[in-house]
Amino acid sequence: MSQENILEVKNLVMHFGGIKALNDVTFDIKRGSVSALIGPNGAGKTTVFNCLTGFYKATGGSIMLHAGGKSTSVVKVLGQKFSAADFTSPVRLIERIKYKMFGGSHLVNRAGLARTFQNIRLFKEMSVVENLLVAQHMLANRSMVSGILNTASFKKAEEEALQRAFYWLEVVHLTEFSNRLAGELSYGQQRRLEIARAMCTNPEIICLDEPAAGLNPSETEALASMIRVLRDNHNTTVLLIEHDMGMVMNISDYIVVLDHGEVIAKGGPDDIKTNPKVIAAYLGAEEGEEVSL
Amino acid sequence: MDIILQQLVNGLTLGSVYGLIAIGYTMVYGIIGMINFAHGDVYMVSSYLTAIAIALLSYFGLESFPIIIFGTLIFTIVVTGAYGWVIERVAYRPLRNSSRLAVLISAIGMSLILQNYVQIAQGARQQGVPTMLTGAIRLDIGDGFVQITYMKLFILFVAFLGMGVLTYIIQKTKLGRMCRATQQDRKMASILGINTDRIISAVFVIGATMAALAGVLITLDYGAFDFYVGFIIGIKAFTAAVLGGIGSLPGAMLGGVILGLSEALFAGLISSDYKDVFSFSLLVIILIFRPSGLLGKPEVEKV
Repeated sequence: MSQENILEVKNLVMHFGGIKALNDVTFDIKRGSVSALIGPNGAGKTTVFNCLTGFYKATGGSIMLHAGGKSTSVVKVLGQKFSAADFTSPVRLIERIKYKMFGGSHLVNRAGLARTFQNIRLFKEMSVVENLLVAQHMLANRSMVSGILNTASFKKAEEEALQRAFYWLEVVHLTEFSNRLAGELSYGQQRRLEIARAMCTNPEIICLDEPAAGLNPSETEALASMIRVLRDNHNTTVLLIEHDMGMVMNISDYIVVLDHGEVIAKGGPDDIKTNPKVIAAYLGAEEGEEVSL
Repeated sequence: MDIILQQLVNGLTLGSVYGLIAIGYTMVYGIIGMINFAHGDVYMVSSYLTAIAIALLSYFGLESFPIIIFGTLIFTIVVTGAYGWVIERVAYRPLRNSSRLAVLISAIGMSLILQNYVQIAQGARQQGVPTMLTGAIRLDIGDGFVQITYMKLFILFVAFLGMGVLTYIIQKTKLGRMCRATQQDRKMASILGINTDRIISAVFVIGATMAALAGVLITLDYGAFDFYVGFIIGIKAFTAAVLGGIGSLPGAMLGGVILGLSEALFAGLISSDYKDVFSFSLLVIILIFRPSGLLGKPEVEKV
């Protein structure tokens, strides 16, 4: 895939009733980069993530995901409302009906995008390794019948899935906890497991929602190096929301700053650090006042 | 003494069947948080399908018990499973994102539709099937005796086999893993690429097949049924599911067995007229002291 950008967000609008959570958000994410989405509380960062992953249906705008050798419109696969233009072209109409009937947020993940959550959403009553296996169901032999009958090809696929699960457990240093219930792990371990689970879906881009929240400095350090491993060794593009400015400036190639549902700045860490608009919005300081990020 | 033993056997068979039907209630509740009031009527439909299957098989001259029972089970399970799938697709999926009350009303409507449809199609009179498996084991105990019909043994065997297979599917297979993940966090499962709509359909089909199993067994044992049998047995199975902790699969099976046993013992020892009063009182008492049921987990507010 020669497309330079893996993700293109154009004029994204998200309304909740009368509240405009996102107002014309536009940014591109380069393939193989580590990018950060920052902004003060309530700026709409998590809303952007929720739109990207199909958690919310965007009110307007487009999100194009160029992964797995094809381009997917995230807004479209969720099943949009019928519009008058659909009835002029049978192809469009059939496509619209198809996504209406069979569309859903699972298609976004299948297109190559995975995410983690700010408040951890593991399957707490399943074991650690089961959490990783359930994420891999698309890669292994999919047929329910062969699963119930336990055929040889299914066993082989299960074996491979198990190997992949243990590979990721090793990456996140959780091998020894593989048979514990996910809910019994400590907070930091749960965060790492959630990243491992997202990576088990074999995504080309992973969206991390505040991965360092609640971690101590040494855990944050380990997380930063893990994110680099994801990018360098697994060719995964990383998009993260983070409040730990030290970490953001340290690992990001590209930063998008949101405030009140609008993009107020984008660029490399050095540009962002010195951008007066960012400083004003982010720290609530007056323009020109001496503030260091 | 012999009465107690006899009632234990009767209660165990009845309870295992309650458990089978309760599975449908508990799995559906676990995955989409609704009570599928049409589930009792799915059971009722499977009774009619049993009679149809037996009639078809004997029409083609197949009279031996193993062939009839096997053919009937396959036919009834497949067709009832299809009923379960269609019910979910038609009555519940379009309301997936509406309030729970809307789905509840839809379920009651579905229940009435099934009852009336069967009443019109098959007539309002009670129907019956011939006895297929005769004979019994007789154990002499003291002055009295305990009689266990082969049919009761067969029910016990098939019901527990069904529960065993289901437990294996849910605990060990990939489909089961996906079901459990969807049950714990549907949105998250979807974000991991699981087609949750398909999993919900699968759960309805599984619930319907278990009801079909119960329908075949009870119909072969009692012989008689009408279009209204689904109601009372549905309520009993729902009681069993709540007793065991709704949402919990082992809870449904345990709840069914406990309900069946206590009902049979009460009927045998005290009064058979008040057995329903007793079983529902048991439910009330358990809910007072353990609101989440025997094996259910206390409700935790999701963050």
